[in-house]
Amino acid sequence: MEYFVQQLINGITLGSIYGLIAIGYTMVYGIIGMINFAHGDIFMVGAFLALIAFLVLVALGVSSVPLALFIVLLVSMGLTALYGWTVERVAYRPLRQSFRLAPLISAIGMSIVLQNYVQVAQGARVKPLPPLIGGGYTLFADNAFAVRLSNIQIMVVVTTFVLMAGFSWLVANTRLGRNMRACEQDLKMAALVGIDVDRTISLTFVIGAALAAVAGLMFLLYYGVIDFFIGFLAGVKAFTAAVLGGIGSLPGAMLGGLLIGLIETMWSAYFSIEYKDVAAFSILIIVLIFLPSGILGRPEVEKV
Amino acid sequence: MPRDSEPINEPHAKATLPRLPGRIGWGPVKDAAIAALVAFGLFVLMIGIRTDQGPTGALVISTRFGTLAALVAGVFTGSLLRSLLWHQLAAWFGRSLSAPARAVTATIAPFASSALLAFALLVPVLFYSNRYYLDLAILIVTYTMLGFGLNIVVGLAGLLDLGYVAFYAVGAYSYALIAQDFGVSFWICLPLAGILAAFAGFLLGFPVLRLRGDYLAIVTLGFGEIIRLILLNWQDLTGGPNGVAAPNPTFFGRPFTAADNGFAATFGLHYSPTHRVVFLYYLILALALLTNWVTLRLRRLPLGRAWEALREDEIACKALGINTTTTKLTAFAMGAMFGGFAGAFFATRQGFISPESFTFTESAFVLAIVVLGGMGSQLGVAVAAAVMLGAFELFREFEQYRMLVFGAAMVVVMIYRPRGLVSRRTPSVLLHRHGAASDTPAQAPP
Repeated sequence: MEYFVQQLINGITLGSIYGLIAIGYTMVYGIIGMINFAHGDIFMVGAFLALIAFLVLVALGVSSVPLALFIVLLVSMGLTALYGWTVERVAYRPLRQSFRLAPLISAIGMSIVLQNYVQVAQGARVKPLPPLIGGGYTLFADNAFAVRLSNIQIMVVVTTFVLMAGFSWLVANTRLGRNMRACEQDLKMAALVGIDVDRTISLTFVIGAALAAVAGLMFLLYYGVIDFFIGFLAGVKAFTAAVLGGIGSLPGAMLGGLLIGLIETMWSAYFSIEYKDVAAFSILIIVLIFLPSGILGRPEVEKV
Repeated sequence: MPRDSEPINEPHAKATLPRLPGRIGWGPVKDAAIAALVAFGLFVLMIGIRTDQGPTGALVISTRFGTLAALVAGVFTGSLLRSLLWHQLAAWFGRSLSAPARAVTATIAPFASSALLAFALLVPVLFYSNRYYLDLAILIVTYTMLGFGLNIVVGLAGLLDLGYVAFYAVGAYSYALIAQDFGVSFWICLPLAGILAAFAGFLLGFPVLRLRGDYLAIVTLGFGEIIRLILLNWQDLTGGPNGVAAPNPTFFGRPFTAADNGFAATFGLHYSPTHRVVFLYYLILALALLTNWVTLRLRRLPLGRAWEALREDEIACKALGINTTTTKLTAFAMGAMFGGFAGAFFATRQGFISPESFTFTESAFVLAIVVLGGMGSQLGVAVAAAVMLGAFELFREFEQYRMLVFGAAMVVVMIYRPRGLVSRRTPSVLLHRHGAASDTPAQAPP
């Protein structure tokens, strides 16, 4: 029982990170109907930017951890958002009128570019970071097993839910959110009623990338080690989360993220750790076949 | 980013006055400054700061502001030159390249494939003493074959398969395991490997082919990774990360050794290790030509036409009564089968295979060959494979940059020449002289 609770806590933490990345997939898919294959690599870039920003702050002599984390968060969100914007502007926008597979192929190219760019710029070795946020609480202890809830886990989950709440508010109540929802329903019609579609799409990428940067920072703090390849697996799993929750749906992305995190953790804990990625990929395939519109999504009607 | 690169037909293009010739003003400088600012933001931490593991294991940083400044300056000048010269360059290229180049292409095209074939046949004669070139040629033809196989799926049927390497892996492991455990010869294993790979394609395709294009891509990616992870973790069968040994090729039972029953002794030749390499080269060339021939013939069959119709418009296909599921399934299985053949060849050439050879990067590389060559064009795929692998060898010292360049090339090709760098994608059969997919009503180049 204790073991199960511990896995539940770990799974929710991991799922929060996936959920944050999944929002980027789900929003972009909702609006322009393409899988932003490079989004996982944007997450990876965010993690690297956070790491570098942190090291720079340490070199500059900033010793207060909360202050440093706050600056790192802002810097990595801002710069990663710039990456998101650039990727959209360079690789996707010219292809709006192109044939069906063109944006996806371009996105795969962009994903390769980002991965190898980081590898060239920062080296292929893993980058370790000593734990910054220690401590935690022992919830309850059996004689054999103690259930721990660490501060970092609390931080990850709380940050995720605060961001989710803020973002849902933004989509529901602001002008930008209304524009985004309009674009999601019908791009052409939205343009006709005077919405700057290009700007809305750009901002969608910017927000998605900023959230992915937060996820990158959380990943860095939680695992303490990153490399240039983390974006691939995290990206596929977050995409699975977005599909599982129903692509295009924000609460769906979060729900899907949590479910994928839990499934992955439970699978590793009770079945086999070697096959945990196989579990994630299998879920993706099974969901797409039997539940293509996800848990909270609307069924998609293909129009001529 | 210069604003004039935006397509004019965007429904919401802002009303801007056409720029008068001769009066350029500060616009381009402003655009270039913005581009440089964006570049600075992108590169300041990633390029300007370098992290390395110090002597204690903790990360230490060093600065590279020189490189950063050079990159930002490069972006500024590039952007400025582009907005100043783009129109002139485009006009000049359009004028000087379009008509004569098309005429030249039209005259060369019928001979290009024959010339390429003749050269391919003569490679072992020309480079007999140069093992390095022979190995490179084998590599190029192997990837050409993979490209041909993937071209059936991506180029003809329009299904984006990101897990093609799975079928390559299935073929390779089928050969290695069957030949190892049952002592069967290559020529029996080869069709078996193809059948098993096609079966894998069938197994995957059956449930997932109802999915939309980009969902399908992600599912095939997942399938490719599942196969790799199974190969990695099913230690009893596949040896896990240690891989399996695959038997060396024999000339219809005669091994390429100096022994009495060897190939050299049988034909009264002096033993040379090059015999094996030349045999391997002709083997893969024959396989690639077989793939090419089958593809070209299939394109003339109703099935091949259905593939191309499917690529152009799936809903119209359904309306015409084409069973899209079986049509997709045959394309998938056919592509997988050729991938399996190539895999069996890969195994016998390497003599040893491990899951490392079958990563997603490999799938992406084959896809890049097909995309750059021009989806659907056989000649384009062959040229693209030769150019890409040739460039790999040429720029060996810039090894770490090459995938970066090829990723960027995929993006650039999609933007400027979405039908491919080398060739253009044209339907094999056109009803009217002006088809939807091409402006030059010509037969597809072979």
